[in-house]
Amino acid sequence: MSDTTTAPPAAKRNIAKTLELDTRLLGMIGAFVVVCLVFNVLTDGRFLTPRNIFNLTIQTVSVAIMATGMVFVIVTRHIDLSVGSVLATCSAVMAMTQTALLPNALGLELGHPLIPWIAIAVGILTGALIGAFHGWMIGYLAIPAFIVTLGGLLVWRNVAWYITSGQTIGPLDPTFMAFGGINGTLGTTTSWIIGFAATAAAIAGLWNARRAKVAHEQPVKPVWAETVLSALIATGILGFIAILNSYEVPERRLARMFEARGEVMPEGYTEAYGLPISVLLLIGIAVIMTIIAKRTRLGRYIFATGGNPDAAELSGINTRLLTVKIFTMVGVLCAISAVVASARLANHSNDIGTLDELRVIAAAVIGGTALSGGIGTIHGAILGALIMQSLQSGMAMVGVDAPFQNIVVGSVLVLAVLVDIIYRKRTGGK
Amino acid sequence: MATPLVEMTDMCISFGGVQAVDHVSIDLYPGEVVGLLGHNGAGKSTLIKMLSGAYKADSGEIRIAGERARIESPRDARRFNIETIYQTLALADNLDASANLFLGREIVTATGLLNDAKMESETRKIMARLNPNFQKLKEPVSALSGGQRQSVAIARAVYFNARILIMDEPTAALGVHETAMVAELIQELKNQGLGIFLISHDTHEMMELCDRVSVMKNGKLVGTERVEDVTEDDILSMIILGKNPKRAA
Repeated sequence: MSDTTTAPPAAKRNIAKTLELDTRLLGMIGAFVVVCLVFNVLTDGRFLTPRNIFNLTIQTVSVAIMATGMVFVIVTRHIDLSVGSVLATCSAVMAMTQTALLPNALGLELGHPLIPWIAIAVGILTGALIGAFHGWMIGYLAIPAFIVTLGGLLVWRNVAWYITSGQTIGPLDPTFMAFGGINGTLGTTTSWIIGFAATAAAIAGLWNARRAKVAHEQPVKPVWAETVLSALIATGILGFIAILNSYEVPERRLARMFEARGEVMPEGYTEAYGLPISVLLLIGIAVIMTIIAKRTRLGRYIFATGGNPDAAELSGINTRLLTVKIFTMVGVLCAISAVVASARLANHSNDIGTLDELRVIAAAVIGGTALSGGIGTIHGAILGALIMQSLQSGMAMVGVDAPFQNIVVGSVLVLAVLVDIIYRKRTGGK
Repeated sequence: MATPLVEMTDMCISFGGVQAVDHVSIDLYPGEVVGLLGHNGAGKSTLIKMLSGAYKADSGEIRIAGERARIESPRDARRFNIETIYQTLALADNLDASANLFLGREIVTATGLLNDAKMESETRKIMARLNPNFQKLKEPVSALSGGQRQSVAIARAVYFNARILIMDEPTAALGVHETAMVAELIQELKNQGLGIFLISHDTHEMMELCDRVSVMKNGKLVGTERVEDVTEDDILSMIILGKNPKRAA
């Protein structure tokens, strides 16, 4: 990792400069590629199969969603140690809502089309209230975020336990479970349509930004650079879709699906999974969070407060209310992650989300969020989550013992921060 | 005489039993520079922070252009076209010049998103006027020199049509050349009819830049004098002894 971040070849650096690519991001992508290639060799090519890539992405989603919110928290010099427990409480509330509350109290039968949506709405409301409450204590009562969320870590873990009496709650609603990954994929055609639409939107965005700059007589990069960038984006998105579309549903599973519908599977019939709904959800959240970070006043104030809290306050920014907003966002994201995590497991279990706070913080930090505040990106945090998950599942595939897996992940976190410190010193950044 | 731009009468504020500002009255006229002098802890920054909205006064009255003004937050102060350039510069180091210039007052598009292109070109225009050497528009302000950072802070005040400008140690972090630049700028703003409160330790500099100086000691006002009526030594004894030798004599 250190090689790729600190010493890219000179020629590469120049190209990167012309393309206005973030060298730090390139370093992270490089590290990720190295991790993947090494595991691919160690597993005799099993790591980079469509099936494993599919599994990697759906395993990453839950942590990655929360990590996008953690970026804002760390950027404003706070921390949130409670995300795993808040996830558990939201998951417990949603599980109880759909299996007990709605069927028993409101008389909605199991399988009623409204059940999953009411459950999700209740879960998101729960997350928002918990987050707002944390934010209020931090912003208005001035209790350090570390303490509030350390308390929250214990409180919400056990609130979840109390709500469910410690039982595993399942099975969950089938529509609800579609958000989990393997049980909800879009199939080949829809995936391609989304892939092409996303490519078109990204490239259009790129050229629109260029036009806006030209309109205000600002310097722009050369046309060839924009073209190369567009080509890279297209390759990335469509390549990803192609890989997911080549992961075929196992024959036995297909046969069972046909059986369940009372039909007989035609001879030679195949079907691929395509893009999982959970991954689409993550991408949607990433886009929204990036727009918030870069294009809205809210995001500007978050970064300004992180850079200099006094300056932000003197500029008339209500930093207390801002804290409430940030933690509310995190609460909502925890609830969405709870949907994905419990849907993936097909039930709510008492230990859901345990240690997620550490994974989420590690993802944000490996992704370049500075604990000193003011610096961090959404895509970095998602890449951080992906790197962590790759390490973890790669080691599991190679057959590394469980204790060593965690030892390595922990060491990588510390090493990544060290590399980051060295990188920032060299580039003269903060 | 014309109506004062700012009248602060009988201002008081205390922090945990310490009377930081004790019944102080000062005023400021259009096109005038009034200096506030005193030791560290004399109360000059605290006094001025009640005008900029950073602190809320315990008692006292603020009038802006003759009208009674309630200033309880930086946002209130901005409504009265009061702009402050702080000693600590109050810039967010991780953001670029235009983000800092428009902080808290961003230009947005019809859809409510930030109009960065517009803000950048506005920044380009105003910086070309204030500091033609200013180039690093895209870099975080942490990468700028003290003078460049100061010009971002000043640009913020000028761009939003300040009528009353508060400068807290504006040259403290600057080199000789940059200090001269700020002095020139103060002269120009003064000619445009702005009223400027200047806070500094540098008695010599204050004698050159200001029309009047008010000296504070231990939270109380020692006195306000026109600079042509007093010598630098008189000012120094006001600061140190807390009394004006001329008046005493």
